[in-house]
Amino acid sequence: MAGTEKQPVTGAGPFNGVLTWVDQRFPLMQLWREHLAEYYAPKNFNFWYYFGSLAILVLVIQIATGIFLVMHYKPDAAQAFASVEYIMRDVTGGWLIRYMHSTGASAFFIVVYLHMFRGLLYGSYRQPRELIWLFGMIIYLCLMAEAFFGYLLPWGQMSYWGAQVIVNLFDAIPLIGPDLALWIRGDYVVSDATLNRFFSFHVIAIPLVLLGLVAAHIMALHEVGSNNPDGIEIKKLKDPETGRPVDGIPFHPYYTVKDIMGAVFFLIIFCVVMFFMPEFGGYFLEYNNFIPADPLKTPAHIAPVWYFTPYYSILRATTETFMWVLAAGVIGYSALIIQAVGARAVRLAVAAIAVLLLVGFFTIDPKVWGVVLMGAAVLIFALLPWLDRSPVKSIRYRGPLFKGALAVFVLVFIVLGYFGTQPVTTEGTLLSQIGTLIYFAFFLLMPWYTRMDKTRPEPSRVTWEGAH
Amino acid sequence: MSRARQLLVALFAAPALALAAGDEVRLDRAPIDERDLTSLQRGARVYVNYCLGCHEASYMRYNRLEDLGLNAQQIRDNLIFTDAKVGDLMKNSMDSRDAKEWFGAVPPDLTVIARSRSSPAGSGADWLYTYLRSFYRDPARPTGWNNVVYRDVGMPHVLWQLQGEQALRTEVIEIPLGGDEEEVLKREEQKLVLAAPGSLTPVEYDRLVADLVNFLSYMAEPAKRTRIEIGIYVLLFLGLLFVLAYALKKEYWKDVH
Repeated sequence: MAGTEKQPVTGAGPFNGVLTWVDQRFPLMQLWREHLAEYYAPKNFNFWYYFGSLAILVLVIQIATGIFLVMHYKPDAAQAFASVEYIMRDVTGGWLIRYMHSTGASAFFIVVYLHMFRGLLYGSYRQPRELIWLFGMIIYLCLMAEAFFGYLLPWGQMSYWGAQVIVNLFDAIPLIGPDLALWIRGDYVVSDATLNRFFSFHVIAIPLVLLGLVAAHIMALHEVGSNNPDGIEIKKLKDPETGRPVDGIPFHPYYTVKDIMGAVFFLIIFCVVMFFMPEFGGYFLEYNNFIPADPLKTPAHIAPVWYFTPYYSILRATTETFMWVLAAGVIGYSALIIQAVGARAVRLAVAAIAVLLLVGFFTIDPKVWGVVLMGAAVLIFALLPWLDRSPVKSIRYRGPLFKGALAVFVLVFIVLGYFGTQPVTTEGTLLSQIGTLIYFAFFLLMPWYTRMDKTRPEPSRVTWEGAH
Repeated sequence: MSRARQLLVALFAAPALALAAGDEVRLDRAPIDERDLTSLQRGARVYVNYCLGCHEASYMRYNRLEDLGLNAQQIRDNLIFTDAKVGDLMKNSMDSRDAKEWFGAVPPDLTVIARSRSSPAGSGADWLYTYLRSFYRDPARPTGWNNVVYRDVGMPHVLWQLQGEQALRTEVIEIPLGGDEEEVLKREEQKLVLAAPGSLTPVEYDRLVADLVNFLSYMAEPAKRTRIEIGIYVLLFLGLLFVLAYALKKEYWKDVH
């Protein structure tokens, strides 16, 4: 389409001329229409639908404050800790920028976890939104990497030893482990070289990837349209005259004004934390991290920041005795698949994988399996679109099995998170092990319990109090 | 009934037994008020007189002490004993290698010590307040001093002339459990007692330590007062903005049927 054939922009008052000029050289109005003014979103979005736009808001906060922090921060093992205190004391408004960034990091995970939970509630990952979910999963992985690299930068004791512990996990990988860990650190211990490369990843590499992925996430969403709390497709019922979904409303202005309201509410909570409890009881800023990194002094208790602790618990739960439980789990699960699947080839493949795993469980260090389980616990979310076999998407029309499973899963996630912050105890390890089993059972048994569940029929129109 | 009481007593006894084992001490609450400028000034005076010689505050500048209601000249005249400029960082001239040899460890920088000493057991100020009042004579230690809160600490009791000398005494406490047989729960409790008085009374000494801890707490986060003041205005603004945003949303959404 040649630009000059486009209609002039109208409705922008004194800006019509400028916008027309731009629009004839750039698909401005097309973008505006497709993503805002004529993007039809279901009108029944509830509380859980704020967290997508809030995630963008927090991303912007992190990037904007990050730019200013980099102006004063020194990525140098000898100066990093002092430069953060310099920002806190001598840079005008530096303390505010720093607290925005540190509170923003935790807020990012809270918002993203709630955003993901929304997906679980209403089946947002189901066909045709699998790719949105996968992009989201990669965003989540990038976010974890971003947080991990960023946490080293203040160069406190927790920064240092947290990074040391996580990088040492790679050490456990057979054959290439030690060399891989050395390659990641750039030194035999976490050091200045590590700090410099983590800084580079935190400030350039990951944010670039993150921004690209967020764009892809939104483009994929706008291609298929938003899900809603009823889990039904609004595109199925269109107004025959206008061709617009009858239960859809233009994103702008309806959801822009609604999301602005949500953003202000979020900022109120954000500011309460940032101004009155920036350490948040040692969860957002760990107390130990006010001690400069000391490679010769290992802290008695090393815990990652709260958003990683569910996975850290799974890592620590994988003890030598737990391997027997895992072995039993693999045998049981492969038997379940073999009796459910008809194809001979699949049966053989499952049996072969099970045997390989069983051999591996007792020949390779449990520490390695801890790392594998931890990784699997994060990645398994990506399989949800194919694990869920329910005829309905939304929890509103699902039966007690899924509702119960989801409630238990959320509880387990929180319990695992709690024990991840605590020093190791016998009871804590036992509960983490039970939690780990339930965590994986939630996903791995999903094809069965979602199909067995007693669902209710989905409505043809979205639930809306204003509807007559 | 008797069983229940036994359990209750055992529960209460548990933390004290832990204290006897020496790994956990209940922290006293530091009676500090960060808005009390005279207390902060007294604390700064104690800090530069008794602490700074060994413990730097190397992220803190002298002229930041203007926060405490002092002007540059007052800071120069009363708080700087070296040729440091008023805009300089609060450093000392102790060589860290020497320090390590003398004390077994380099005395930590105290700029953010109050933040780093926070724990679920109490704030960093609580820890410091308890620590600085828990030194006792211990001939087994090279410095002749030990501390209940920080076992075998390398630091000697710098304020001993003010506090006097404390001694650690072990007392056996008997708790009657009731019941028919005269059951008693014996429990060892360690107690600090003032063996030789110092130049200050215990009350005066506690006040001095509170002032010092108040100052350390301020120094750990000088922006704290500003943060809270600004925070209130920001929240008021956001509250107003929310009302408007809510009204705007309501207005637009009237059309949605």
